[in-house]
Amino acid sequence: MSGTRPTTDLAVLTPAADRLARAVEAERSGGGFALRLRARHGVWLGIAFLLAAGAAEAQIGPLPDQGVFATLWRWIPFLLKGFTLNLIISFGAMAIGTALGAVLGLAQISLLPPVRVGSWIATQFFRNSPWLVLLFAIMLLFPYEIRIGDAIIPIPDWVKAVIGFSLPIMANISEVVRGAVQSIPSGQWESAESLAFSRRQTLWMIILPQCIKRMIPPWMNWYAILTMATPLASILGVEEAVNLTQQALVAEDSRTELLAPFYLFLLIIFFLYCYPIARLTQRLERRFTVKN
Amino acid sequence: MDAVYEWFRWLYDQHGINLVIFYEPYERERFVSGLMTTIYLSLACLFFSFIIGVVGAWLQGSRLRFTRQIVQGYIQFFRNTPPLIQLYFFYFALGVYTPSYDAGGWREPIIGSFGWAVISLSFFAGAFNVEIFRAGIEAVPSATIEAAESLGYSRLKTYIHVVLPLAFRVSLPALNNNLVNLVKTTTLAYAIAVPEMMYTANQIWSDNVNVPEMMVVLFLVYIVLVGLLVWGMHRWERAIRIPGYGA
Repeated sequence: MSGTRPTTDLAVLTPAADRLARAVEAERSGGGFALRLRARHGVWLGIAFLLAAGAAEAQIGPLPDQGVFATLWRWIPFLLKGFTLNLIISFGAMAIGTALGAVLGLAQISLLPPVRVGSWIATQFFRNSPWLVLLFAIMLLFPYEIRIGDAIIPIPDWVKAVIGFSLPIMANISEVVRGAVQSIPSGQWESAESLAFSRRQTLWMIILPQCIKRMIPPWMNWYAILTMATPLASILGVEEAVNLTQQALVAEDSRTELLAPFYLFLLIIFFLYCYPIARLTQRLERRFTVKN
Repeated sequence: MDAVYEWFRWLYDQHGINLVIFYEPYERERFVSGLMTTIYLSLACLFFSFIIGVVGAWLQGSRLRFTRQIVQGYIQFFRNTPPLIQLYFFYFALGVYTPSYDAGGWREPIIGSFGWAVISLSFFAGAFNVEIFRAGIEAVPSATIEAAESLGYSRLKTYIHVVLPLAFRVSLPALNNNLVNLVKTTTLAYAIAVPEMMYTANQIWSDNVNVPEMMVVLFLVYIVLVGLLVWGMHRWERAIRIPGYGA
């Protein structure tokens, strides 16, 4: 875990090898893959959707109110209602995950060995467990209501989903924080020390302000990954977009010709939401790496 | 072995920690079959995603713009959409159109849920592998390829005998990250009722009401599986390392 830029042994390799090594390092410290959406992907999805729906429409023939587009049109408000829940879950999980992850990440660079090792283990545990297993654990082990004094506060399923998603996010943000702090050249620490800054002052007044900028692109990337993971909650019965799509399909007698258009429609909604985020992430990434 | 099994029975009787998968032969078999399914699923997906990566990276170097665009479209589609919806799309939307055969009284589709899970997850991980191998191939100096060409290698033979062995070594660390991700993603197969570990664990805790114990087992097994994979890949990375070559 030395610098952020591994060096090659020999000059045999072209810059591509260095690029790949850096991408691997970024993936390990920043976590996860980077979303790289482009506008034409949306166009492709749209074309696929129109083709699938059009083909299905042609199969059915002229039946009023039974056509694929008419059916989908009827269900759109219902599906969008589900998608709102996806967004709420993603906001909540991101907020909790970021708060906890920042603390855990700072604990990872603590000078106290027990704190450092403990937070490292926690980070690795939650990073390397499958999301679905974490989600199951929270769903099944968390109480469905909390009693505070006389008040009984019920915890709906989607709140548990928020907590379940916040755990892997916490661990990955922890790695982002640790990676960002370590990417600041050690000369900064040393010069701060020579100016009689305490460790806490150096961290809060010198290191962290520089880190924020570097952490924003991976943070946004994690948000996009999280948003795309929220359909997992449908497996556990949370009534978000995918779950409602399945309900809508059942309500339409599970007509097979509706399957492809409905699922493609879902993909398009997710695409439309994640696309601007992914683009902005790329823009910020480029801007911040040039200055560095 | 029986002593160990009896110890777990004692643990339950004395302390209420119900690790039923150890002392009850039926539950043990069920859990082991789930574990084996997870391992088979992971290995099958590792294998096919690897093949997809190698072939895709080769096609991406094609001279035809059309081929390159098809590969690019494939990568972007699978990278940027939720894997769960991909799985549903394959299983429900495409599964309808697979032919079925007569399996003694009922119609059994040629590709079952396990097959669709392998296909869907392999394509998902394969999309990442293509890019990883592509970057590895770019790392091979053009002088090396020209040298191979001047020795009379064809494009395919150059790829197999010269480019790939070198590119592979460069790609291994990135591949490692992706394969760990893939093993974690196999839990998604739960959603289409593939009897993998998550699925059987769910059956076991439904029958025995021992959710916390099974959760711990599940976490431990996944951590061990991922750990074994990482350890093996690191060993392999070191074993095939050419001194002085590679990042």
